[in-house]
Amino acid sequence: MLRLEKVNKSYTVGQNRLHVLKGIDLEIDGGEMVSIMGPSGSGKSTLLNVLGILDRYDDGEYHLADTLIKGLSETRAAYYRNQLLGFVFQSFNLIPFKTALENVALPLYYQKVSRRKRNRIAMEYLDKVNLVDWAGHLPGELSGGQQQRVAIARSLITRPKVILADEPTGALDSQTSLEVIEILRAVNREGTTVVLVTHEHDISEMTDRVIHLLDGVIGHEQTNGGGPKPAVAGDGPEARAGGGD
Amino acid sequence: MFDLDRWQEILATIRQNKLRAFLTGFSVAWGILMLVVLMGSGEGLANGIQHQFRDDAVNSIWVRSGQTSIPHKGLQPGRTVRFTNEDHEVVARDIDGVEYITSRFYPRGELAVSYKGETGSYDIRSVHPDHQYLENTLVSKGRFLNDLDIAEYRKVAAIGERVKDGLFGDAPAVGEYININGIPFRVIGLFRDEGGESEEEKIYLPISTAQKAFAGGNRIRMFMLTTGEEELAKTEAMTEEIKQTLAQRHNYSPDDRRAVFINNLNEFFQRFVNLMAGIRIFVWIIGIGTILAGVVGVSNIMMIVVKERTKEIGVRKALGATPGSILGLVLQESVLITAVAGYVGLVLGVALLEAGGRVLPESEFFINPGIDLPLALAATALLVVAGTLAGTVPALRAARVQPVEALKDE
Ligand SMILES: Nc1ncnc2c1ncn2[C@@H]1O[C@H](COP(=O)(O)OP(=O)(O)O)[C@@H](O)[C@H]1O
Ligand SMILES: [Mg+2]
Repeated sequence: MLRLEKVNKSYTVGQNRLHVLKGIDLEIDGGEMVSIMGPSGSGKSTLLNVLGILDRYDDGEYHLADTLIKGLSETRAAYYRNQLLGFVFQSFNLIPFKTALENVALPLYYQKVSRRKRNRIAMEYLDKVNLVDWAGHLPGELSGGQQQRVAIARSLITRPKVILADEPTGALDSQTSLEVIEILRAVNREGTTVVLVTHEHDISEMTDRVIHLLDGVIGHEQTNGGGPKPAVAGDGPEARAGGGD
Repeated sequence: MFDLDRWQEILATIRQNKLRAFLTGFSVAWGILMLVVLMGSGEGLANGIQHQFRDDAVNSIWVRSGQTSIPHKGLQPGRTVRFTNEDHEVVARDIDGVEYITSRFYPRGELAVSYKGETGSYDIRSVHPDHQYLENTLVSKGRFLNDLDIAEYRKVAAIGERVKDGLFGDAPAVGEYININGIPFRVIGLFRDEGGESEEEKIYLPISTAQKAFAGGNRIRMFMLTTGEEELAKTEAMTEEIKQTLAQRHNYSPDDRRAVFINNLNEFFQRFVNLMAGIRIFVWIIGIGTILAGVVGVSNIMMIVVKERTKEIGVRKALGATPGSILGLVLQESVLITAVAGYVGLVLGVALLEAGGRVLPESEFFINPGIDLPLALAATALLVVAGTLAGTVPALRAARVQPVEALKDE
């Protein structure tokens, strides 16, 4: 589903070139749920952004669903993002002046689905994350966990092939984190590929495979055969109070 | 453009920040209001000036006799110049470009005018038939003087409507005889005059008849002529030619500015036309300047809006928004704000002019301020263009927002 071959990426900061991704080879199959771990600054977000066509890479090749993603126009990139990908961010990134329902429906607006129809579908997806009662509320009126569930519903509404989540639980307490991961796990069970970045071992342990990134290079990979392990509750280093629901 | 969803998106973002949208719109509305009021006032001024010229043909040259003021060929200054019928004929014959020409002779002293015991004092002008073209005399009944009246020394008179009212009341006047200094004149026609009521208190007589009846000999007081469609330069040449001809005929220096007074209304009129053009240009410069300031204001505010909404734009792009759709969003918002605000300004401006026209005291120099429909439509089109212009730079910036940059967690 996702295939990187010798992908390099560097940033130019002033006079210096910062080599962030150093010849990444990576293959993720359809239906997999994979986590990416690594110390801060190792290039996890950069990698995820390349996978999400939010950022360009310098050389190598990236195939997404058998399409070579290279040197796309912004319009083309927007099309693939909309059709193939769903994003979940650490800081939720809901649009503050839109209700939960409107936020969830927004990707369908860019598919030119009629308002009536997309609101109906959005309601179904809000139902999947148990937030039907909050459909008319603005993000500011929701707890962190609720906001992230709205964001997940939004990422799912276009039935993407791949969900990319950059530290989706980074701003949530551990109890809420587990709920969010359970949802992603459920999404994955229905066949969607999920790639998430996390610091927390109890989260990565719930994924099929863990990719360790170290200074722009893939270190070792670890396969959690036998699916998700029972979650162990505990405060991860990054866990913050986000307010449970 | 007619995507209902797009409009709802835009309305939602405007509702987001009502005060800002209002302030932005205000600058544009103000600009248009200024433009409309200025243009309307300019129009009022132009109408006023036009009004000043309503009485006399604007393409005319007026020649009055005076007194010499400088010695010439041994002759002392202070001689009175007396025009005669011959001067009229020479000018009519020799000056090229004359369209209509008439002389005037004023009978000496106060002449009593009466009809069946009703008497009045009216201005009597004895003239040629062409006179009606010079004074914009509008015949309302019967006819004006004609060449036969002159040739046959007929005792006929064309009288103004006010004269008719004074002497005849409601009784018919045409065909009746009025008495001027004991001499009966048959009324051949009534007239109105653009120049107003005082111009309708006049009585016109054939110049030949009047010269004979009131001891005028062959003398005339003045003559005036129209120049048709001739260019300004040509009319100036004609003026000069008339001056030279008369100076020679009456033996005074062509440089003598008091011997004969020649007014070329073409020049006056041209001066006013130029003045009006100047005022119009001035109004447009001010108006465009004000609108431009509004546009820059809108542009700046849209720029801030785009900056503030960078994150939102990044999110939209991650969800599948194309650069084109973002461009359209910002551009349309800009056009909407400018167009609505501009329209409000337009309506307020027109209302203000209307109110002003009603409240301000009547003035000869300021008549019917207002702007016409094509101008209003042009202004509206201008607004849409202005809105597009104002939105372009911010919209392009918005379209170029990089999702990675926008989505970075601060
Ligand atoms: N836009 C950018 N410009 C310059 N340097 C960047 C930019 N984005 C990330 N970096 C640098 O690249 C490295 C990897 O960043 P990132 O992928 O965000 O790491 P991680 O997500 O693993 O913490 C870091 O050293 C970061 O400072
Ligand atoms: Mg990161």
